Amino acid sequence: MASIDICSKQELTTILERFKPQRDNLLPILNEINKKFGYISPVAMMEIAEYLDIPVAEIHGVISFYHFLSTEKKGKYIIRLCKTISCEMAGKEKIARMLEKELGIKFGETTSDGMFSLEYTNCIGMCDHGPAMLVNEKVYAKLTPEKVIEIVDELKKRGQL
Amino acid sequence: MKQIKKKILFGEYVSGVGLKKALSKKPDEVVEEVKKSGLRGRGGAGFPTGLKWEFALKEKGDEKYVICNADEGEPGTFKDRKLLMEQPEKVIEGLTIAGYAIGAKQGYIYLRGEYIYILPTLEKTIEQLKKENLLGKNILDSGFDFDIEIRLGAGAYVCGEEFALIESMNGYRGEPRNKPPFPTQKGFRDKPTVVNNVETLCFIPYILSKGAEWFKSFGTEGSTGTKLFSISGDIEHPGVYELELGVTLNEVLELVGARNPKAVQVGGASGICVAKKDFDKPISFQGLPPGGSIIVFGENRDMLKVLKNFLEFFVEESCGQCTPCREGNYRLLEGVEMLEKGECSVRYVRELLTLCDVMKTSSKCGLGQTSPNCFLSILENFKDEIIYR
Repeated sequence: MASIDICSKQELTTILERFKPQRDNLLPILNEINKKFGYISPVAMMEIAEYLDIPVAEIHGVISFYHFLSTEKKGKYIIRLCKTISCEMAGKEKIARMLEKELGIKFGETTSDGMFSLEYTNCIGMCDHGPAMLVNEKVYAKLTPEKVIEIVDELKKRGQL
Repeated sequence: MKQIKKKILFGEYVSGVGLKKALSKKPDEVVEEVKKSGLRGRGGAGFPTGLKWEFALKEKGDEKYVICNADEGEPGTFKDRKLLMEQPEKVIEGLTIAGYAIGAKQGYIYLRGEYIYILPTLEKTIEQLKKENLLGKNILDSGFDFDIEIRLGAGAYVCGEEFALIESMNGYRGEPRNKPPFPTQKGFRDKPTVVNNVETLCFIPYILSKGAEWFKSFGTEGSTGTKLFSISGDIEHPGVYELELGVTLNEVLELVGARNPKAVQVGGASGICVAKKDFDKPISFQGLPPGGSIIVFGENRDMLKVLKNFLEFFVEESCGQCTPCREGNYRLLEGVEMLEKGECSVRYVRELLTLCDVMKTSSKCGLGQTSPNCFLSILENFKDEIIYR
């Protein structure tokens, strides 16, 4: 375990040094770290606090404000299904049930192998092509239950590589 | 019949023409031209763009900023996604002109985290425009330097509110502040800052190249120009439409192939829900809210479910800072759940209506001031479905 901590600390420093130590770089730093590790750990928060010279509690406060930042480890692939009105009317419910079945988890959970997290999100601006979801940085639109099966299979294959 | 399909943004465009024209004028002349055009912010609030620029121009000091608000989060809105994907050079040209007009050397695009897949397109465009000398140092040999950086959001609807956006960029929780001071006085890094919507900025190159008078030939007297409408729901052809302001809802519904609509949400979740009797009204700053989001509900939709969806949204997206918004939205949602179970007395509904008034008058920002609109308008127009069900 110790070696993993040291390794990630080095990676943290590499990320931090890309930014000037200014308060207005906090959100870009948090976004980078969240992307790299899948969450922002207590160690990371302390490193950022020291680098920017702001209290850890404030950093925690900022993280908790944003839906896409997390203090808990998430899956390699975070699936975010839009639940806002136009996607809801376009048949979001069927997609939701299919995702739960295919992944074997409920919304708000992460698979035990750490591969997938399943979440709802508010409007992602794909109302003309609903139902829609984000998988990490990619958007999938006009979803059907069949498409969901294909996408999940593809991600499972890619995740094992 | 009035022609409703005249185009500006979806019409002809040559990159750099507007910018060149702007650089041949003095900054205050650019501001004057935008003021004369009557252009009002396309993000929803509708503040006169030229006036905002004038406030920032008049502030003293060398360090000023312009920010493109690409935090498009209003339910049912996706026009900025289309502009950023398909016309990024127009957005950047508008932002560059804004920078020149107020005296800023640095611009930012605050892109919502949900649109991260647009980031490569924007970065590529910025590089390309630098090569063409339309961005960067000594633009078109005018002596004007201007650079653009992209900042990513991380999933927070309220950051579309300009002060919340600035707080977020400053490295704080994206919570709205009391005004004054306005962002044009104290914004990013506490310096004078102009925040403009993506679509607003896209109109700027046209106003400069073709003139304010030309722009005013579109739309109505108090609502000049065209507007992009994001249209979804129970219709044949969902998508983004460019229409003149002042267009009636009926004309829009016919154009998009609405399927027997009984209700339309105009202006997004924070807009209002209108029934058939109001379909002949115009959409403009003086009429139905011109935010641009139009969601059509067919005959078989349960309006209580629609209302519940909107309120769940507001409960989640309220920043929680001020009590009327945080508690108010929660209580309205609770009331809707009681209505759903048939456990809500008319007396309690009346109390909730009073609560709506309190929220509208005492919430700190636009979120809490407008979130009761869906409750009020759906209850008023669909009493039978909601209260007497």
